[in-house]
Amino acid sequence: MIDTSYVGHVTDPYSVTVEKGRLRDFARATGQSDRVYLDEAAAQAAGYRGLLAPPTYLFSLDLDREDPFYFITLLKIDLARVLHGEQAFTYGAPICAGDTVTLVSEVTDIYAKKGGAMEFVHLKTSATNQLGEDAGSMTRTVIVRHPQ
Amino acid sequence: MTMPTYAEIKVGDPLPPLTTKEITRTTLALFAGASGDHNPIHIDIDFAKAAGMPDVFAHGMLNMAYLGRLLTGWVPQSALREFTTRFVAITQVHAVITCTGKVVEKRDGNLVALEIEAADQNGEVKLAGTALIELP
Repeated sequence: MIDTSYVGHVTDPYSVTVEKGRLRDFARATGQSDRVYLDEAAAQAAGYRGLLAPPTYLFSLDLDREDPFYFITLLKIDLARVLHGEQAFTYGAPICAGDTVTLVSEVTDIYAKKGGAMEFVHLKTSATNQLGEDAGSMTRTVIVRHPQ
Repeated sequence: MTMPTYAEIKVGDPLPPLTTKEITRTTLALFAGASGDHNPIHIDIDFAKAAGMPDVFAHGMLNMAYLGRLLTGWVPQSALREFTTRFVAITQVHAVITCTGKVVEKRDGNLVALEIEAADQNGEVKLAGTALIELP
């Protein structure tokens, strides 16, 4: 069982620069044709500082950490038993190429279902940009399977 | 893009659907690199088989990115307030995903709530979710 005393645990802030090339790769890999995600001039004409990061890109910024599975490591979970159950985003200031985004994650819940056959972890990650603005947040629900 | 207005939107209105190209092994390799999700279960068939899976399968976040395209194809991203999905089923290689959505509620503050879904060519739902949009 996962140690529930980790509920409330907050990670050290992690700062990451939003790279133009990665945004363009992401847009291509997801079949995006909207120019604000591909063409800097189009993004600026639409009022953005640079290429716009798409709605799910905060998840990728968090994966840029040296240990992308930092909370799996922290909670001593076996990665092979992990499923991504749910993913939620809220939005603040747009995230654009060239921004420096600071991420802080908190373990907000840990609970078991089905007599302990499945455990659930909620991890909330909040983002702030280089101007100190709220750049949105995301909450992921991770399911850990324990076959009986 | 002509943005819909709160006044003209009705509960039940559909979003213009989005159908992706076939998800190939190349799609998964490129998405792994671009998204930073290097979990080998999505790109390395040897690893997938050792983990008891018949083959690699698509990243859940690839389908969520497609649902993001559904939303930003309807309104500019700046109108998006919340976006949530449940990962319902695994998406196999060679799937062709269709994303659909509809307005389910109009709320105070010019907000409209959507139900959204990503399903494969057999109609099997892969992701089901909601979004909250603020319209002019």
